[in-house]
Amino acid sequence: MKMTNPRQILSPKRAMFATAILLSLLAVNCGGGKKPSGATAPVSTPVAKTTEAPATIPSQKPVIASFAVEPTVIERGQSAVLRWSVTGAAEVQIDNGVGTVPATGNRRVIPAESTTYKLTATGPGGDVSATATVTVTAPPEPPARPVTNTNTNKGTLESRVASDLQDAYFDYDSNNIRDDARASLTHDAEALKKIFADFPNASINLEGHCDERGSAEYNLGLGDRRSTAARDFLTQLGVPVDRIKTISYGKERPSCTDSNESCWQRNRRAHFSAGN
Amino acid sequence: MKRIIAFSALTALALVSAMTAQGPDITTWVKSFGGKPKLAVIDFRGAGSQDFMAAFNSTLFNDLKSSGLFELVPKGMLPLNNPQRPEDFRPVDGNGLALADWAKPAASASHLAFGYTAAAGGALALYGYLDDVRQQNPQSAQLFGKRYAGSLDNAGAIKVAHEYANDIITQFGGTGSLLGSRIYFVSNRGSAKGNWEIWVMDWDGNNAKQLTKLGALTSMPNISPDGTKLAFTTWAYGQPRIELISTTTGRRLNFYNQEASLNANVSFTPDGKQIYYSSTANESLPQIYVANADGGGFKRVSHRNAIEVEPKVNPKNPGQLLIVSGPGHQQIYSMTSEGLNVERVTNGEGEASNPSWHPDGQHFAFAWTRGYATGNFNIFVMDIGTKQYVQLTHSEGRNENPTWAPDGRHIVFTSNRSGRPQIYSMLADGTEVRQLTNQGDNKFPVWGVQ
Repeated sequence: MKMTNPRQILSPKRAMFATAILLSLLAVNCGGGKKPSGATAPVSTPVAKTTEAPATIPSQKPVIASFAVEPTVIERGQSAVLRWSVTGAAEVQIDNGVGTVPATGNRRVIPAESTTYKLTATGPGGDVSATATVTVTAPPEPPARPVTNTNTNKGTLESRVASDLQDAYFDYDSNNIRDDARASLTHDAEALKKIFADFPNASINLEGHCDERGSAEYNLGLGDRRSTAARDFLTQLGVPVDRIKTISYGKERPSCTDSNESCWQRNRRAHFSAGN
Repeated sequence: MKRIIAFSALTALALVSAMTAQGPDITTWVKSFGGKPKLAVIDFRGAGSQDFMAAFNSTLFNDLKSSGLFELVPKGMLPLNNPQRPEDFRPVDGNGLALADWAKPAASASHLAFGYTAAAGGALALYGYLDDVRQQNPQSAQLFGKRYAGSLDNAGAIKVAHEYANDIITQFGGTGSLLGSRIYFVSNRGSAKGNWEIWVMDWDGNNAKQLTKLGALTSMPNISPDGTKLAFTTWAYGQPRIELISTTTGRRLNFYNQEASLNANVSFTPDGKQIYYSSTANESLPQIYVANADGGGFKRVSHRNAIEVEPKVNPKNPGQLLIVSGPGHQQIYSMTSEGLNVERVTNGEGEASNPSWHPDGQHFAFAWTRGYATGNFNIFVMDIGTKQYVQLTHSEGRNENPTWAPDGRHIVFTSNRSGRPQIYSMLADGTEVRQLTNQGDNKFPVWGVQ
């Protein structure tokens, strides 16, 4: 699939470059440092990307056949390549730290910001120069870091309790820790340790709630069992028990008031709230 | 006040049976609350006090009707003429001024309440009489006649109507009087969302007043037998805690709460000197504790592997407790005050809660879901000796927290039959249901003697 005809690698523009370089070299060789015989070389370029290139070759001045940068726009941290070709110069220099270079060559540069490179060719007949500019753009911003990983902005205790801790749900008239409650509380244990690290003096309430069906008085006892069961589970996972206060609300503080299983399940829960 | 013999054979039977351990079956017992002398009540008129007689007559009629002691003769059946004083009676009249006119059809009454009011010295005077119209002689027919005094306004008219009705009811042998009794309850009217406060109202639903201003969830009140102390559970300090106030001054009374995640569900012993409550002071399940009325000298009563709440001391036998407990779904259990001889009293069906002793110590009202979906409680009454029970409400919403009135004839309870929880009273046979509250949501009623 990569059987490419080598001729096709050269774009028409590049083919013209190559021709110009060849002609330039011939011109240098013909000049030989001697005084021209009056016959001027039949060179009629300027070429692309050059500036101040003379339309004709003065007898003693160098000729900058080309000076260009590719690509002309890069992101910060990427590189660009300067290419140039000069004839008739005793010395060729490029500023911005590139220094003295051969008459023809290329150089990889990694500018930190947009830079205009100036090539100066010095010869017996005087100096000529040309410039090439590479524009450096800033890379796009990375995604924002997760809030929980930032210690610089830990929020309020209330906001952390509300956003970082999950309710644990129970079956009717039961304080058994179900599998889904086990997962929630395992998550909560890690979150609680971080919250306690960020708020060294805080305590957190672990509320026990019930659905509307049992009697208010019995549910007060059941809510206590639920909050205690959840607290004991957290204690096993290394959460400091003395910083969690269990409070049973029975069925007195429901999160919803519909009479269906969906709402009842939402109310059969252990729920965290900020303490003091 | 002179006490007259009881006139209703049915009522007398109910009284006797209530005092004995082996009474009639439970259905007969609750039906006895419908014991029915046939009472005619005239429309009282006023001299200088006529503007207040509408309030007077409706109060008198409602008090007598809701007592459940009488079958009230419809006013359309009454004779044309009304006696206003005993001297108005004649041996023969035919239009109402003879005793016999009231005993015969269409009135067919056994008793007649009559009299009048008048403005006297800037106040309102009521002259109220009660006669047995089956008697021939006006002197022997009169059960009582009495003068009552009140302010010359609607409030004064209502006051004397209550007092007069109470005297009539007392003639028919109620075990206690409702006059002056009050109902304590919790209400969210005027409170921030989620907060409840303790309120009190007259037993007929008038004169509601807020007692606590804790700005918190406050609930589950109970009243001392003498009506002077109110205990309740409040979340004002975080975890549920017991608090006591004086019903006369409204001031907070000293009470020591044990260190626990939960102290709640207080009830008083018959002498008012001790309280039973539910606590997790053992750092385990909520269990029954007993303490002095100031919270000191506390002692754990039971040691069971189940949630225990709502301890209720038998008013006639302080050695017996009813509690609500498991294992399994909640049922009513009996135990001694030492936590011994634990026995399930309800039969295990559904869920049972809210036991409330009748003053006789033999019966109790409670809430039970038997025969209905989980959570759909109805009010039942059970005989503790025979375990027979009878259902008083029938699926009209959730019906909970029944407590007996001091007269042993009425029950106050919470129902959401109107859509929101409100407080109702009824006669203990399930009749004469009256809605007592309608502002905000209202629940957990308890009936105090004052």
